[in-house]
Amino acid sequence: MDIPYTVEERSDTGLFNAKLGIWLFLASEVMLFGGLFSAYIFLRFGAPDGAFHEWGQELNIPLATLNTLILISSSVTMVMSWASLKLQDIKKYKLYMGLTLLCALVFLVIKYLEYTAKFDHHIFPSTNTFFAIYFTLTGLHGLHIIGGMIVLFYLWIPGRKMWLSNSEQFTNRVEIVGLYWHFVDLVWIFLFPVLYLL
Amino acid sequence: MSTNHDTKDIQQHIKVYMIVFATLAALTVATVAASYLDLSRGEAIFLALAIASIKGSLVASYFMHLISEKALITWILMLTAVFFFILMLFPMTSFIDQAQLG
Amino acid sequence: MSSHTHHDEPFYRKYIWSTDHKIIGLQYGFTALFFLLVGFVLMMIMRWQLAYPETPVPIIGGLLGDTGILLPETYNALGVMHGTIMIFLGVVPLAVGAFGNYIVPLQIGAPDMAFPKLNAASYWSYLVGGIVMLASFFTPEGPARAGWTGYPPLSVFEPGQTIWLIGMVFIITSSLLGSINFITTIVQLRAPGLSWMRLPFFVWAQLVTAFLLVLAFPPLESAAVLQLMDRVAGTSFFLPSGLVVSGEILNVSGGGSPLLWQHLFWFLAHPEVYVLILPAMGIVSEVIANNTRKPLWGYKSLVFAAVFLGFMSFIVWAHHMFLTGMGTAMSAFFQTTTMIISIPSVIILSALFISLWGASIRFNTPMLFALAFLPMFGIGGLTGLPLGIGASDIYLHDTYYVIGHFHYVVAPGTIFALFAGIYYWYPKMTGRKMSEAIGKLHFWPSFIFMNGIFMPMFIQGLAGVSRRLWDGGLESAHASGVLQWNEFMSISAWLLGLAQLPFIFNVFYSMKFGEKVDENPWDSTTLEWTAPSPPLPHVNFDNIPEVHREAYEYSVPGRKRDFTPQTVPKKG
Repeated sequence: MDIPYTVEERSDTGLFNAKLGIWLFLASEVMLFGGLFSAYIFLRFGAPDGAFHEWGQELNIPLATLNTLILISSSVTMVMSWASLKLQDIKKYKLYMGLTLLCALVFLVIKYLEYTAKFDHHIFPSTNTFFAIYFTLTGLHGLHIIGGMIVLFYLWIPGRKMWLSNSEQFTNRVEIVGLYWHFVDLVWIFLFPVLYLL
Repeated sequence: MSTNHDTKDIQQHIKVYMIVFATLAALTVATVAASYLDLSRGEAIFLALAIASIKGSLVASYFMHLISEKALITWILMLTAVFFFILMLFPMTSFIDQAQLG
Repeated sequence: MSSHTHHDEPFYRKYIWSTDHKIIGLQYGFTALFFLLVGFVLMMIMRWQLAYPETPVPIIGGLLGDTGILLPETYNALGVMHGTIMIFLGVVPLAVGAFGNYIVPLQIGAPDMAFPKLNAASYWSYLVGGIVMLASFFTPEGPARAGWTGYPPLSVFEPGQTIWLIGMVFIITSSLLGSINFITTIVQLRAPGLSWMRLPFFVWAQLVTAFLLVLAFPPLESAAVLQLMDRVAGTSFFLPSGLVVSGEILNVSGGGSPLLWQHLFWFLAHPEVYVLILPAMGIVSEVIANNTRKPLWGYKSLVFAAVFLGFMSFIVWAHHMFLTGMGTAMSAFFQTTTMIISIPSVIILSALFISLWGASIRFNTPMLFALAFLPMFGIGGLTGLPLGIGASDIYLHDTYYVIGHFHYVVAPGTIFALFAGIYYWYPKMTGRKMSEAIGKLHFWPSFIFMNGIFMPMFIQGLAGVSRRLWDGGLESAHASGVLQWNEFMSISAWLLGLAQLPFIFNVFYSMKFGEKVDENPWDSTTLEWTAPSPPLPHVNFDNIPEVHREAYEYSVPGRKRDFTPQTVPKKG
């Protein structure tokens, strides 16, 4: 007896299991980043007037804007790779998934450049509370990108053989990972103005 | 498997994704531009968070398909949102009291 | 549909790298019982120092240094590890990991959890977290000793805290994976006909618990990350400017606040209290309904109370922080919410008490533990009220009164419920009953000595004895009138340890020699009793059960038997 509703939807909830599971996971992620955002607010309140804004001037806005655009693009290619599967077009899927991974990689490279530029200027997490929370938030976000990339890579090459045996479940998997990927994008959409612009 | 109807649906979706993509890019530029405006601190924070919220809800609604998602998911997220805001509010609690004492 | 035969699985696949929820439940159970024992032993060592300050500890004294005397820093470390192990590695894994895993899929008529591999990952992450915690005893720095709540700034400087935080991250991850799995399983895999109001109350309790874990644990994880940053990367999240340590101003950037930690910590840790208590209430409800041979009184109000309890538990956390300089406005808010949250607890407890009314009760071992739970939890709950009111909390805060209060909730409360659960579901897991005679030999001394330990704590606490004194109050004048209780409590604790030997013996003895029973030895109505004992590997039931009625149809007038299982179709 197999576990029911791994692929097909349960009639009264309208969901398959992994769909509910990933949303619960994302809910917990909301609370995880919520804890850090609330630490940000707390520290900002506690800092001298305008200090957070001033400390934030050290950050590189053009690079971060570029990074925001790249991450948004990766979200689009992600959703397109899922749509390609829906259209039974595995070739396009491969293309879009590859592009998603490429965007993620570029994002990390830019992040790395930003970090090293800060270290060169002797700015570290220990410099002040703004940079403490800046490095913690962006670092944790970066870890989420890396974790996502591992799964995306799996679905791009080794895991793709499932398309032949169970295309519906494979499409579901891509959708689920996509939800996670969009969430990581969504977090960045808030991190960007909060850390760089305010 | 996928019927003709499905295919049309998805193609319609793809159009929407492109529109959302363009909007997100435009809003990103807009929020950066806004940060160079001569606004008071409070106004700037409000504007930046408002734009971020619009962008966030676009991603959630269309890329994550929340707009057509099942009620159960919406309920779970609403519950999460409530606790998220409680979590956001507690820094205030410490400072409300200080203001009272001050 | 294939009916796989799993008989030919090799041993390690079947019992070690298993994805079967029953095996994982048992793994959780045995590991958690082991940790309960470890945590208890740590406390028995501490109690020697409290009863006979600065005399060499017998038997294991050699491990504590040349003199055999328990040093203050070791005492503190044992205190931290006792709290951490008991809560995060003992009670919660037993209540949620073990009972949740084993019983929930059976009670909802599912073949397994929704994500079996995730389930295994959750157990292994828990085990790694536990091993990390235990390993901290063998590091040069020793285990954490800044209090089980890890309050900064002390925790940022004390040795051993880093490894504690790393252990916590594993445990939190395990809980998150587990609870996502529970919610999905309960929502998606209920058997046909098993609508929400037909669920056994135990399943409801587990569902609410899982929601608490999913939404309250992540803020603690973020707090743990911040504290790790403070310790490893030199940040000042929790360190205010101008902090002086050992007479010198600290060379850190400052600007942080210890209050931030307390907020994030208690945002989890208050819901955690209900994580500890809700599954216990669930177990007790099952045992009481079964042994009173009556439907639970007010099933719906129990369900709504549990849901309301879960919701409210998120907005009471600052009642742990009345002494942090919070002003009256916030104190007033949080003491109001705290008074409100006691209402659903009282509803649940009252409903269970009323369920006893007019019943012809079967006093078997599980029922004795369940019955003892009611007044013990009642004492724990009622003594909490003075702590939830700012004015009285200022006096009682951090005294032994607090220790007495929450131990009444968790030790003779939750742990008794867990014992009830073990005795009650043991036949399902093994096909044999545990010995009743040995069970009673376990129950009565446990019941007496539990009270012997914790009741005097109220007396000491009301006299103002602080909970953190290494010498148990020997050098504090105000404690002199209540010091004699220390020895009494310690002896009770050691005797309580002795009283657990029959239980350990019973668990292993009854596996081989217990009375053989059929699949439904307690004449119960819920679904787990329609599966074979033990249920079939990976599939549980011969056929997916179909549910036709509510969970507790006991002693319905006019029926031949005094129980009607949920699977019996309604006539006409």
